[in-house]
Amino acid sequence: MSAMVKAEGVHKRFGRLEVLKGISLEVQPGEVMCILGPSGSGKTTFLRCINHLEKINSGRLWVDGELVGYRQAGDRLFELPDNEVCRKRAEIGMVFQRFNLFGHMTALENVVEAPVRVRRISKDRATAAARDLLTRVGLADKYDSYPSQLSGGQQQRVAIARALAMNPKLMLFDEPTSALDPELVGEVLDVMRGLANDGMTMVVVTHEIGFAREVGDTVVFMDEGVVVEAGKPREILASPQHERTRAFLSKVL
Amino acid sequence: MTSGGAASAVPPEEIRAIPVRHTGRWLAAVAIAFLIYAVAVSMATNKRFQWSVIRHYFASSPVLHGLVVTLELTATSMAIGIALGIVFAVMRLSPNPLVSSASWVYIWFFRGTPVLVQIIFWNFIGALYPHFGIGIPLGPQFTHVDVASHITPFVAGMLALGLNEGAYMSEIVRAGIISVDEGQTEAAQSLGMTRLLTMRRIVLPQAMRVIIPPTGNETISMLKTTSLVSVIAVTELLYSVQVIYARTYQIIPLLIVASIWYLIVTTILSFGQYYVERYYGRGVSRNQPENVLLTWWRSVLDVPIFRR
Repeated sequence: MSAMVKAEGVHKRFGRLEVLKGISLEVQPGEVMCILGPSGSGKTTFLRCINHLEKINSGRLWVDGELVGYRQAGDRLFELPDNEVCRKRAEIGMVFQRFNLFGHMTALENVVEAPVRVRRISKDRATAAARDLLTRVGLADKYDSYPSQLSGGQQQRVAIARALAMNPKLMLFDEPTSALDPELVGEVLDVMRGLANDGMTMVVVTHEIGFAREVGDTVVFMDEGVVVEAGKPREILASPQHERTRAFLSKVL
Repeated sequence: MTSGGAASAVPPEEIRAIPVRHTGRWLAAVAIAFLIYAVAVSMATNKRFQWSVIRHYFASSPVLHGLVVTLELTATSMAIGIALGIVFAVMRLSPNPLVSSASWVYIWFFRGTPVLVQIIFWNFIGALYPHFGIGIPLGPQFTHVDVASHITPFVAGMLALGLNEGAYMSEIVRAGIISVDEGQTEAAQSLGMTRLLTMRRIVLPQAMRVIIPPTGNETISMLKTTSLVSVIAVTELLYSVQVIYARTYQIIPLLIVASIWYLIVTTILSFGQYYVERYYGRGVSRNQPENVLLTWWRSVLDVPIFRR
């Protein structure tokens, strides 16, 4: 098994509302997958299932060959204990629509926190690494700023640095530019483009069609909890096969 | 041409207009000044205040000793209250229904009975359980403590006030925890932090901003609630002056002595609260607490007659 993410018939229900109705897909190492679709189509929920922020109801989900949230022995599934779930989450970076930076910590402290507390790296080493990361996302002069003193674009770049500080093998982006002023979108996309060029495996839920076309290796179009179509960005975006995809793209392009 | 071109007729200097006359404000100020004067004169000339007695006992050793006991009792019961409050708030929010209902029952019981009753109850706990041991019920015992000799009135008062405070504090802490955005927990989890680590490093520090102001209130309230333990003869501030006036019948002057001390400590605590709030408000530019004295002084300087 070589896929970084593999989903087979993933279902997710919230009460009686079925949000995911059988998602099957694969993300190869180094691949950038962009998930498009209208709001309510289940793309964010699927992303959250990948690092077990949501429990799936049926189907199977693997990250790097290991089941997400469960251990299989024979044909029986055992729930993983909390510390195991945490250990696996530590290897997957996630970037949120609303940034979710820790408000009581400076930019540097935000990036240092998890490596020191979770990975138990020495504070000096973690701080040096955090400085490098913040410099890499273009925030060398903002180490000591609190999130409330940063613009949305700067906050999101700190959030990306915070996720990268754990040396993740996979990065999940949940509409990373949707809460940003239009003129700040570019700086975040630039950082993501850089990451993709460095070979990071990325799953990106986005409304930025331009980014999907330029950076994405695959584009997946979701609607009402199912994958409507998936393929190379050029094919999907230029000549969609399904009416639903065509209708969506005509509105956002 | 833009509208700025017409500005040539407007003088560039700062506006210095003649202020509106606030006749009502001046009348109110005069009335209040008169009232303060009247009260001051009455307090100074009414011999029955017995200021010399107040001065005599104000810094006397039984009163100072009582003050120290009051402070110790306030500090220890608040420490117990805050520790229990955090534990029970976290329990209350636990996904385990048994744990959360245990917390609910605790809060229900200790908020539901008068603190005065709890104080007396703890004082007489020795009558209910003369001995206290750790072991298995109906099985072997490992340690053994004589309750009567360990539960002194001070300990009884501390336990009663602390356990009671824990119930109130847990509601305050819970409100604080709930006020922290869910996204903070999710971000911490996505970084691989455990539930406990997330609570300790991410949620509680940010909840403090909401928890501190009511906790300051609780501390000030506790300072005065400690006077209730006078009923079980703990020699705190109120009991100390009671002992004196039982002997000398100078009831009012001695109550004034105690009141002045309560006011002094309350004032000091309010200042402490300002600095604690400012520390936990870091990272949040808005809603910084005000320094009451400084704000007051600025507003005085702003009154026209003081303004140059």
